[in-house]
Amino acid sequence: MSSMLATARTRFDSLTATLPPPLWMLGGLILAILFPYIAGTGSLLDASIQTLAYVIMALGLNIVVGFAGLLDLGYVAFYAIGAFVIGWFGSQQFPDINGGKGIHILSSDRATFQLKLNGTHAEIPGIHINFFIVIFIAMAITAVWGILLGAPTLRLRGDYLAIVTLAFGEIVPRIFENSTSGLFGIGTTDFSNGRQGITPVDTINLPWSKDLVYSDLNLKPAYWVALGMVVFTIFVNRRLRDSRLGRAWIAVREDEVAAASMGVNLVRTKLWAYAIGAAFGGFAGAFLGSYNNTVNVDQFEFGFSVFVLSMIIIGGMGNIWGVIVGAVALSMLNRYGLPELNQLPIGFDPTSVSYGVFGFFLLIMMVLRPEGLLPSGRRKLELHEGETEGEDAAVVGDMSQMYEVRQ
Amino acid sequence: MEAASITETASAGPPARKLSDVVNAYALPLLLVLALVAQFAHSPHDTLDDVKTGLSNGTIWALIALGYTLVYGIVELINFAHGEVFMIGSFVSVSLWATFGVDEGTAMPLMIGSIIVVLALAMLASGTLNVLIERVAYRPLRNAPKLAPLITAIGMSFILQNVGLLWRPTPDSAPDLIGSQKDYFTIFNVGIEHSDVFAVVVTVPLLIALLWFVGSTRYGKAMRATAQDPDAARLMGIDVDRTIQLTFLLGGLMAGAAGLIYALYNGTIRFNQGFTAGLIAFTAAVMGGIGNLKGAVIGGLIIGVIQAISDSGDYLGLPLGPQWTPAVVFGVLIMVMVFRPQGLFGEETREG
Repeated sequence: MSSMLATARTRFDSLTATLPPPLWMLGGLILAILFPYIAGTGSLLDASIQTLAYVIMALGLNIVVGFAGLLDLGYVAFYAIGAFVIGWFGSQQFPDINGGKGIHILSSDRATFQLKLNGTHAEIPGIHINFFIVIFIAMAITAVWGILLGAPTLRLRGDYLAIVTLAFGEIVPRIFENSTSGLFGIGTTDFSNGRQGITPVDTINLPWSKDLVYSDLNLKPAYWVALGMVVFTIFVNRRLRDSRLGRAWIAVREDEVAAASMGVNLVRTKLWAYAIGAAFGGFAGAFLGSYNNTVNVDQFEFGFSVFVLSMIIIGGMGNIWGVIVGAVALSMLNRYGLPELNQLPIGFDPTSVSYGVFGFFLLIMMVLRPEGLLPSGRRKLELHEGETEGEDAAVVGDMSQMYEVRQ
Repeated sequence: MEAASITETASAGPPARKLSDVVNAYALPLLLVLALVAQFAHSPHDTLDDVKTGLSNGTIWALIALGYTLVYGIVELINFAHGEVFMIGSFVSVSLWATFGVDEGTAMPLMIGSIIVVLALAMLASGTLNVLIERVAYRPLRNAPKLAPLITAIGMSFILQNVGLLWRPTPDSAPDLIGSQKDYFTIFNVGIEHSDVFAVVVTVPLLIALLWFVGSTRYGKAMRATAQDPDAARLMGIDVDRTIQLTFLLGGLMAGAAGLIYALYNGTIRFNQGFTAGLIAFTAAVMGGIGNLKGAVIGGLIIGVIQAISDSGDYLGLPLGPQWTPAVVFGVLIMVMVFRPQGLFGEETREG
């Protein structure tokens, strides 16, 4: 299995070597753009659009977990915040705002006016801001929250950090869920509609146009919007990885003390990782809120954080292309693979235990191939470092590494 | 002892640091006591009732927390699947009663006998499961970076939770063998229910047995030695692998007992009860100072009381309620981990 993978990888490498990298990426991009014409307009295209959003989230979490080595188990909090931002700024959630006339900034006709029975047009209440503005507002707000949630965890390491982020990931959706009558008993504004969630949510229109870009019958433009967001995310990720900040993240991941003594500012480096990682969670969250046409607290469960984490681990922590492969693989498995398994005579419906299947993958991957399918070279070295040392220290026993606090 | 040394060296050492140490050590317990006293002044009777519920419910969290604290003490790993081991304990108990045909109508001596037998079997099942988890998910990763076993632990937790989902897809009711809602006796106008008595009667002997085992037997000594320094323990002839297995077994036994008590205490069981219970118990373990057995018990009781007060829906006029309880408990977890990672009574850990 692994030798097959290795030969496949060498072939892949020689193929990429013959083409200059920009050309290779351009080819991939053109294929991705033309994909909707292959996929048709049915469920495969819908699945692809969801997958693209998951790719953004996985790349965002990869900054925190893969680059900076901070295990974040509460990434769903940023998905929730991003989704609620579009829920607030692109729906009728606040009907009383601006005297019931609503606020409309570059919104589509459908989000601006409604036809009344007597033939006149009336303004739709609530805040309606153009999608392309809201996604960046969502990024900014989640980045701030990334810093706020990250700041108290700076002194924690390893598993304590993971549990604190998990707790944040559980608290944030609970606060949204319970803020149906003001926040903490202050005021009476309904922020979330409780378990019903916010629906409908405005869909996408270009800032210079009053028409929606896609409809349920023609999802292609939604796909291209998501693809554009993915390309933006990949671009930012690649530039960050090769930047001074990116090298600082990797240094912190490998050895915090050494990094600090070489002049890396730990606080700033970690907070940037949280902020940027969170921002992409909000970016994708806002898109999903709009695309799914509902923002509901049921979507924001711990399992989702682990779902995104599995994408990174299966794909290869720290490697952008590996993470993308992991995200596509898991998302498609979730959509198509598990229902297929249903035809096997196993006596239960595998879609109901999808999280169990992801858990199984996590376990198998971590035990057999912790570096993921497409590992980043550096990360692979780190993960296998213990094994060679363990062999050297065989006389003392294989416990020598267990107690070392290593990131 | 510690307090004495503070007064003696106050003039010699830097006083500001000593003061901050004292504040650090006593601030959180004091804050908790003040919070309770204020609530008591606010509504005395309700608070007493909450404290009663909290303490009896807290015994369940204490039993689960012991599993976390034992395992963390010895391998420095958060056994994330521990909550699911507890859930399986509940499921095994209820299934066994169904198989034996024991329900509310069974004669008293037979019922008590069945509870004891099922308790033993549920403990054994959970204990064995916990040992298996260690073998499959943690032992292969002893040499890996520290986060690797945490990730397999999460994977294991999801697998078990979904096993539970397939086993019983919907919430199931446990037979009300002990008449849990009936009052046993009343003190200060607070009704002590059968379930409260049952929880305490089962838990206390188990706690004493565990403390005795870890504190006074050869095996317990081996566990403590391994926790302190596994390499040195191995050189002294201790079978470290076996000792770690034993630790997981003990943790699993306690979780199985907690599962049975939970089923009878609450009357309903469901496949995802382990997730929340696990996090609550982990909070308790951290609060008591992870690795500290007595601390875990006290932490469990404290968390139980916090939870009961939050559940009852009115804290000093603040409109809480069951829907806020998870957020409150997780908030406490964050506060403790960030501001006092060594726990209320703990010493500095390697983590802190």
